[in-house]
Amino acid sequence: MSLATYVKSKLIPADIDKHINRIRKPIGSLGYDPWGYNNEAIKYGFALTRQIYEKYFRVEAHGVEQVPAEGPVLIIANHSGQLPIDGLLIGYALASRPEQPRIPRAMIERFFPTVPWLGNLLNEMGAVLGDPVNCAKMLANNEAVIVFPEGIRGSGKLYKDRYQLKRFGNGFMHLAMKYNAPIVPVGVVGCEETIPAIANIKPLAKALGIPYAPVALPAVLPAKVHLNFGAPMYFDNTEIPEELVTERVETVKAEISRLIDKGLSERKKLF
Amino acid sequence: MTTPKRPHILVTGAAGALAQQVIDQLRDTCDLVAVDFREQVYLGDDIPSYCIDFNKRVFEDLFRRYQFDGVIHLGRIQSSQLTRMRRYNANVLGTQKLLDLSHKYGIKRVVVLSTYHVYGAVAYNPALIDESAPLKAAGLSADLVDSVELENLANIYLWRYPDLNITILRPCNIVGPGVRNTMSTLLASERAPVLAGFSPMMQFIHIDDMADAIVLAYKKPVRGVFNVAPQDWVAYQHALRLCGCKRIPIPSIPPVVPSLILRTLNMRRFPSYLMAFFKYPVVIDGRAFAREFDFKPRRPLQEIFRFYRNNKSPV
Repeated sequence: MSLATYVKSKLIPADIDKHINRIRKPIGSLGYDPWGYNNEAIKYGFALTRQIYEKYFRVEAHGVEQVPAEGPVLIIANHSGQLPIDGLLIGYALASRPEQPRIPRAMIERFFPTVPWLGNLLNEMGAVLGDPVNCAKMLANNEAVIVFPEGIRGSGKLYKDRYQLKRFGNGFMHLAMKYNAPIVPVGVVGCEETIPAIANIKPLAKALGIPYAPVALPAVLPAKVHLNFGAPMYFDNTEIPEELVTERVETVKAEISRLIDKGLSERKKLF
Repeated sequence: MTTPKRPHILVTGAAGALAQQVIDQLRDTCDLVAVDFREQVYLGDDIPSYCIDFNKRVFEDLFRRYQFDGVIHLGRIQSSQLTRMRRYNANVLGTQKLLDLSHKYGIKRVVVLSTYHVYGAVAYNPALIDESAPLKAAGLSADLVDSVELENLANIYLWRYPDLNITILRPCNIVGPGVRNTMSTLLASERAPVLAGFSPMMQFIHIDDMADAIVLAYKKPVRGVFNVAPQDWVAYQHALRLCGCKRIPIPSIPPVVPSLILRTLNMRRFPSYLMAFFKYPVVIDGRAFAREFDFKPRRPLQEIFRFYRNNKSPV
């Protein structure tokens, strides 16, 4: 047994190996897809995320079976907590569901591809540069795509603004309509408490070329996370003016808001 | 009964391995004339071969003498060759001369070989770039300007003179036996530089498959611009591993450091103006070409890399 095989057998339990292998994905002969997803690398990510998901954040996911088993789908959620932990947890919830698991793709900030190691690592785990062309091509490829329409407005918000939804962009709705992709709303509760920030040092963020520079504890707190998946929402592809598209976006936003309230009422304590 | 006239085709870049593959595929059915600006190559008694600069007046004599039906323009000087000025003269002005003569002498089919480099490697590139995407290479380095200009020129002629039936092919990395471009040299070397922490997705096409693609394109007169790439992808550093190359990491941040190192070292196989291509992916979508010309690459990536792994130390 070579060293690489030995390390792999220690780090990746056989059930994870089997679980990932049975998920069908459009990959090439060496296990890669055009966006850099790698079928072997994700097994390590999956094994690590399982510990984070089950032991650290003790995630409770409800309704994950509502995500359609095949075809294009957009998973739309509220964004919070400085780091994209919410995307990771939603992704794991869907990838680990026992019936018809899927490996969803998360759209990430434009800043990540420029960071050595991290950019490639995220790509190998299925994350993709948040570009509308990428999202469109992935929906055309029948992928499940996680989108946070709030973007950095959501993830960078301060603790005092927790669970207040920021403005949603309309881009995801246009794509859902064009590719006939159902929208599955998700309310994430708990990630706001993982890295509570009290301020954002804008000049520092600008100097470093990063989206925001939060003043927070240098630790990720083990808040208990609740994920509530809603029923798929379908929108037809008729030519409508932008204000009606915004109205549709508002209905999705309202549904996410309802799912967040549900999660908050279910939550017994913060940690 | 009269035998059908064999088509006369001018093939440029004849000294290159790709052109020779194309010539081998076409020589039984067509009358070929080979030219190259670098050297005169012997291609057998049946194929006249010339060493000519397209910008010289004698070039027109070939058109007068042979009455070509088609032109396959593979003679693009790569960015690693010659100086920027000479390359511009050969690639841009030379191609203009070639297309002008093609128009003047009523040529009915032109295939121009371009490169995926024209899209430019930038951090915000989406994957599966299609032919209508903007060409950002000129903004990256002045050394890639001639590649973009050659494309623009061919595009202008494509629309201005529809009778020329111009098809522009933008292939991904062409690799395989005999290929002397930057990527092939890297894969063939014992040690290859990488930018620490960056391993962009890449696409590779075997030279035999690319020759098939050019011949298929020549035979079906469909005008337009097409990417040529197989539906298979691999990360750069993984490709090097599969080719048995030892990876030498070059510090990658801040961006000025690798650029300074590469400019100082001035390596032909890892030039500073291609640095971005070893940092950010340029993944092109070759499906339109595959559909239109019924093209299926036959050599898998594993086979390509096995060739490089097994030929590290040539006999």
